[in-house]
Amino acid sequence: MKKFLRSITASLALCVVVAGAFASEGGGIAWDKAPSRNNDLPALQNGAKLFVNYCLSCHSAAYMRFNRLKDIGLTDQQIKDNLLFTTEKVGETMKAAIDPKQAKEWFGGNPPDLTLIARSRSGEAGSGADYLYTYLRSYYRDESKATGWNNLAFPNVAMPHVLWELQGTRRPVYEEEEEHGQKVQAFKGWEQVSPGTMTPLQYDTAVGDLVAYLQWMGEPAQGTRVRVGVWVLLFLGMFTIIAWRLNASFWRDVK
Amino acid sequence: MAEFKEISPNASAGAKLTNWMENRFPTAFDAYRVHMSEYYAPKNFNFWYVFGSLSLLVLVIQIVTGIFLVMHYKPDAALAFASVEYIMRDVPWGWLIRYMHSTGASAFFIVVYLHMFRGLLYGSYRKPRELVWIFGCAIFLCLMAEAFMGYLLPWGQMSYWGAQVIVNLFAAIPFVGPDLALLIRGDYVVSDATLNRFFSFHVIAVPLVLLGLVVAHLLALHDVGSNNPDGVEIKGPKAPKDANGKPLDGVPFHPYYTVHDIYAVSVFLMVFTAVIFFAPEASGYFLEANNFIPADPFKTPLHIAPVWYFTPYYSMLRATTDVMVNVLSGIIALGTLGALWKVRMANVLKGALVIVAVVAIVLLKTFDAKFWGVVVMGGAVMVLFTLPWLDRSPVKSIRYRPSWHKYVYAVFVLFFVVLGYLGIQPPSDMGTIIAQTGTLYYFGFFLLMPWWSRLGEPKPVPDRVTFAAH
Repeated sequence: MKKFLRSITASLALCVVVAGAFASEGGGIAWDKAPSRNNDLPALQNGAKLFVNYCLSCHSAAYMRFNRLKDIGLTDQQIKDNLLFTTEKVGETMKAAIDPKQAKEWFGGNPPDLTLIARSRSGEAGSGADYLYTYLRSYYRDESKATGWNNLAFPNVAMPHVLWELQGTRRPVYEEEEEHGQKVQAFKGWEQVSPGTMTPLQYDTAVGDLVAYLQWMGEPAQGTRVRVGVWVLLFLGMFTIIAWRLNASFWRDVK
Repeated sequence: MAEFKEISPNASAGAKLTNWMENRFPTAFDAYRVHMSEYYAPKNFNFWYVFGSLSLLVLVIQIVTGIFLVMHYKPDAALAFASVEYIMRDVPWGWLIRYMHSTGASAFFIVVYLHMFRGLLYGSYRKPRELVWIFGCAIFLCLMAEAFMGYLLPWGQMSYWGAQVIVNLFAAIPFVGPDLALLIRGDYVVSDATLNRFFSFHVIAVPLVLLGLVVAHLLALHDVGSNNPDGVEIKGPKAPKDANGKPLDGVPFHPYYTVHDIYAVSVFLMVFTAVIFFAPEASGYFLEANNFIPADPFKTPLHIAPVWYFTPYYSMLRATTDVMVNVLSGIIALGTLGALWKVRMANVLKGALVIVAVVAIVLLKTFDAKFWGVVVMGGAVMVLFTLPWLDRSPVKSIRYRPSWHKYVYAVFVLFFVVLGYLGIQPPSDMGTIIAQTGTLYYFGFFLLMPWWSRLGEPKPVPDRVTFAAH
């Protein structure tokens, strides 16, 4: 039996190796790793501020209530004073300021709801936060587009670069490379064309905060979940020891 | 009417109450004895034997969490997605109940696959346990229906398009297909009507059948007694028994296997809760990223894959291409020629065999490969029902089969896992060839079992179970 299990394990391991070789690569540029700020309350609060100021004009977060922001350390009064632009009550959900009909006219489609955006964008290339972190930092000028903007992480994106005043404008730099005997343009990095109100480092930090907030908003219970989980596992660990000894003491008299 | 038992007036209050109950409801006390305290199970069970109890545990988890989910869920295409998010955000502990249910679905398949594999290893489906196995296969079928219909309810993109793809498979059946698909959907596309009927089936119809089958599965098992890793009958006429006729190689289920299973439950719950609390999406295997986008009938996702537990069968469906149909035709032709040449039989039989083969090949080439893909996928599950009659080995347990049989089983497991993996991936040329090989192996494993299970020299089976005291 042992031998049999071992042979199964070995073949499964082989399988995983072969499978890895087959795994297809995702399109677009590689995703940068988003900074981990899930437990960083000032970062999450700053992200919430950026979200309400820049995103909520056109995008809703229709499953997210304003007063849930209490979970990241804000009070009802703070929420009321600083973040309520589209409604009067803190118990309301985050609805976009824009009229959906106009949005459709202007952008060719309704801007998607952002409540679950981070959860819905994860994939083989990284987490949804990684994607958003890359996406919000990959805009460049493209006069052939209706909005004048294009994006390397989301080619032909309908949304213009809303944060451009903060970031300024950038241009992707390509280098010619040989690949399988053919000359291809490989993306090498960015070149700043005109400065924004933030330095590149400040901008990356701001986007990191915004993405952390979007990630948190996808599942506001995530902190509670992990906290409770530790206690549950501690309890089960103790219980398993008791169950193990109980089982052993009963089976001692089976000959 | 059972005999009315008197009890001494000096007995304890507890004993008096028990006596009072037993005189008024003896059936419950008999059932307790028959199924628990005097149900003798072989004492040599190994860890493979915990998955039956664990399946029951997961079933209870699914029913209880399901009841609470239905309190807040709205089976309405316009409200369903939002109501799931409402559960995740606004219902106290709703996120926990939902994660228990979504993780429970995957856990159910994990424990059931392992439970079935145990049966396969130790020949638990062999005489006299054929019905136990058949009830089990029916439970597996119900479980697949339950999981498929439950997956539509969150009304995300994967829910929607997964259901669309699977229901369209039924449309591939000749003549009745399109009408059948229409009947299942209740509309020309997956819509509110589909959501409502799937909800009804998911929370009422299928669970009822499932519970009935679980009861039949357990009653039939307790009638014939459990098999064990040695495949030795502990209650047979030759098996050693004590003065009271109790099997020497058996132990009462309660308390011995109840404490054993409590231990197993505890270990299982550690893994189960670790997923719930620390990785409820399980990297997209238990909760897919695309399903966090509300269903949109106008936007087809680039890559639609079923949840992992269906992917081995989904892979077989995709593997059935035109080339595969030709290969199957070739196999039938070669098999028939081989049989005509090697096996001695009456001329009438020979004629009948040729006719059957020709008809099969003509049918294979007449209908679309997509239809045969559906047949292959369905057949892969249905073939399990016939297992008790396919296995002709003189011994039950893998322990006493010829050593090389272990490799046959190992390759079977390997292909099943590979098929599962390929079913998650987008189709590729190489993947299709591997999936086709895996499909042929899967069916060869079962359909050729009457032949290969008899080959080789089995090892001597002991008279009693092998057991080392703990």
